[in-house]
Amino acid sequence: MATRLQFENSCEVGVFSKLTNAYCLVAIGGSENFYSAFESELVDVIPVVKTSIAGTRIIGRLCAGNKNGLLVPHTTTDQELQHLRNSLPDQVVVQRIEEKLSALGNCIACNDHVALTHTDLDRETEEIIADVLGVEVFRQTIAGNILVGSYCAFSNRGGLVHPHTSIEDLDELSTLLQVPLVAGTINRGSEVIAAGMTVNDWTAFCGSDTTATELSVIESVFKLREAQPSAIVDEMRKSLIDSYV
Amino acid sequence: MASNMFVVPQTRGTVLCCKCGISMAPNPANMCVTCLRSEVDITEGLRKHVTIMHCPECDSYLQPPRTWIKAQLESKELLTFCVKRLETDLKKVRLVNAEFIWTEPHSKRLKVKLKVQKEVLNGAILEQSYVVEYVQQDHMCESCTRIQANPDQWVASVQLRQRVTHRRTFFYLEQLILKHDAAAHAIKIKQMDQGIDFFFANRSHAVKFVEFLGKVSPTKSRHDKQLVSHDPKNNSYNYKYTFSVEISPICREDLICLPPRVATSLGNLGPLVICTKVTNNIALLDPLTLRQCFLDTEQYWRHSFKSLLGSRQLVEYDVFNIEVVSPEYNVGGSKYVIADAEVARVSDYGKLFYIRTHLGHILKPGDRALGYDLYGANSNDIELDKYKGLVLPEAILIKKSYEEKRQKKRGKPRPWKLKSLDMEVDESRGRANEQKMDSEYEEFLRDLEENPELRFNLSLYRNKDYQPSEMVSVSDGDDLPSVPLEELLADLELSEQEDGEDSMRE
Repeated sequence: MATRLQFENSCEVGVFSKLTNAYCLVAIGGSENFYSAFESELVDVIPVVKTSIAGTRIIGRLCAGNKNGLLVPHTTTDQELQHLRNSLPDQVVVQRIEEKLSALGNCIACNDHVALTHTDLDRETEEIIADVLGVEVFRQTIAGNILVGSYCAFSNRGGLVHPHTSIEDLDELSTLLQVPLVAGTINRGSEVIAAGMTVNDWTAFCGSDTTATELSVIESVFKLREAQPSAIVDEMRKSLIDSYV
Repeated sequence: MASNMFVVPQTRGTVLCCKCGISMAPNPANMCVTCLRSEVDITEGLRKHVTIMHCPECDSYLQPPRTWIKAQLESKELLTFCVKRLETDLKKVRLVNAEFIWTEPHSKRLKVKLKVQKEVLNGAILEQSYVVEYVQQDHMCESCTRIQANPDQWVASVQLRQRVTHRRTFFYLEQLILKHDAAAHAIKIKQMDQGIDFFFANRSHAVKFVEFLGKVSPTKSRHDKQLVSHDPKNNSYNYKYTFSVEISPICREDLICLPPRVATSLGNLGPLVICTKVTNNIALLDPLTLRQCFLDTEQYWRHSFKSLLGSRQLVEYDVFNIEVVSPEYNVGGSKYVIADAEVARVSDYGKLFYIRTHLGHILKPGDRALGYDLYGANSNDIELDKYKGLVLPEAILIKKSYEEKRQKKRGKPRPWKLKSLDMEVDESRGRANEQKMDSEYEEFLRDLEENPELRFNLSLYRNKDYQPSEMVSVSDGDDLPSVPLEELLADLELSEQEDGEDSMRE
């Protein structure tokens, strides 16, 4: 189920949060509304952790992770690292990596099986990603943009990419990622997909400017309608899928 | 790298419009055109109604603060004018196209459809057309108001005078003015005794006209102004300017006795000279020595001598005998031959004169010639008295006479005609003057026929009424000099466009 929300009047929720299948990271905002929105959705399912990275609130763009691990940039302070290690479940490995490109969220896009990375990423970083996150790493561009982490958002079920992606590129990426992909926009025509939304296998959070059309596209490509847990059950659905793993 | 590298063909996919959900090609705004148009109106803040001033008399439009632009309905000039009125608005957007939408001519509305482009929402360029309505308000422009208030109102006048008894110069000047269109700005032209008055609405037009006159004739001018009104608050003054231009009384074919100082300054040119050409210089020819000299306008007015005998005093002579004395000389473009001639006046065959003439190249025994009768003339010239011991020749021949041949052609129209200026004539003169004017004009036309160099500066038009008759081809001997047809301009059929100024005159 897709939810629309705002962080301190900004629609770029993907910048201030990171959602995976095992945990959720949220930035520390002036009011508690942002945190409560996440909490109300995810309360008993996965832990929602309030944190900062490198003293900033743009945590969604600085870190990259999936259910297996979390990678944070070298600018993360020791306290933050410790806080993360304490708050997250034990099976999630938190690793700080030394990488010139420190906005890992912009450079790496991943789900639980595959990751797409910035073409200029270090060799070692690539190995660490493969190791910590347990994924297969592919260096790619999306619609000619090297910041793959910004221009696409995908989960284990589907993905949304930059609207100018050509059909050939879409096919290629889809083959690599093994999920259905669609080119679309978020937040009323914005092309920076991952900044405008954050998604996991059963839920998604989008900026409040997202139009109904965009929302329906998101819900269909990420297959959120059948996913649990959801408080609202639609009569038209044939059945509810119990497991999301 | 090899130029035939394999490049993957890229096809653009389709995205859903973020507002209405229809499938469309991705664009910077990621909204379909309709949604974008409904979102953003680039014509917001642009004027849709403008008032323009129109002068119904001269069909012109006001461009503030002061210029009036003449333009027809739905013309290019009007479109440029309309777009210019919107200049401030059009700075914000880019104008792609402008065209008129038809409106009823008397509705006093003009509609212009403008297509504009503007950048909106992260780089998408939107194109939109909109209609601007111009309301036309009638307001007379200043020049029309002035004309309406007082049609005879002039600001500058040029009074052109020549103190001679004939009007040959003015006929010639009239043709020159027409050819150069120098009196285009004159609001009124009036014919006066011994001259013509020109009235202008603008001082600079009068100055330009006076300069033109100075270039084509030897003139002396002075100017003056008269205060008409004075605005003490503005410190502005309205004047009436008057230019008085006087043309030298020396004309072509005049016999002049040069004052001794002028004669010596020109290199002892024989005191009796004939004037052969008048432009802004005066050309003087000594008939006995065939020397030609030029007098500048300035030089002339310094001495300002008058002519001894004018063309009115020409007398007809019969030539009995010619003896060529000298070879042919080319003096200033014309050929002359000095000859001794035996002549007698047509009115008095009793007295024979043996004279020296410079017309040896065209005169033959039996010809008629026109010349000045110095034997019979009673000259009271001061200059002549200054020369002590000067022997005057008894007669000086000036030109060949075609009077007899003209008798045959009397009444037949010429193959060419001239235009004339629209002049007001002072009616108080009377009948006798009219006849005099007509005969003078006839002489002027003959002059034109005889002298190709005189015709050079003028425009002659083909006379459609002229039918070449059979009789002409039969004439023997030398023909009357006439204007060759190649020189004639085909008369322009400008009947709709011609202003009241020019009119045809036979």
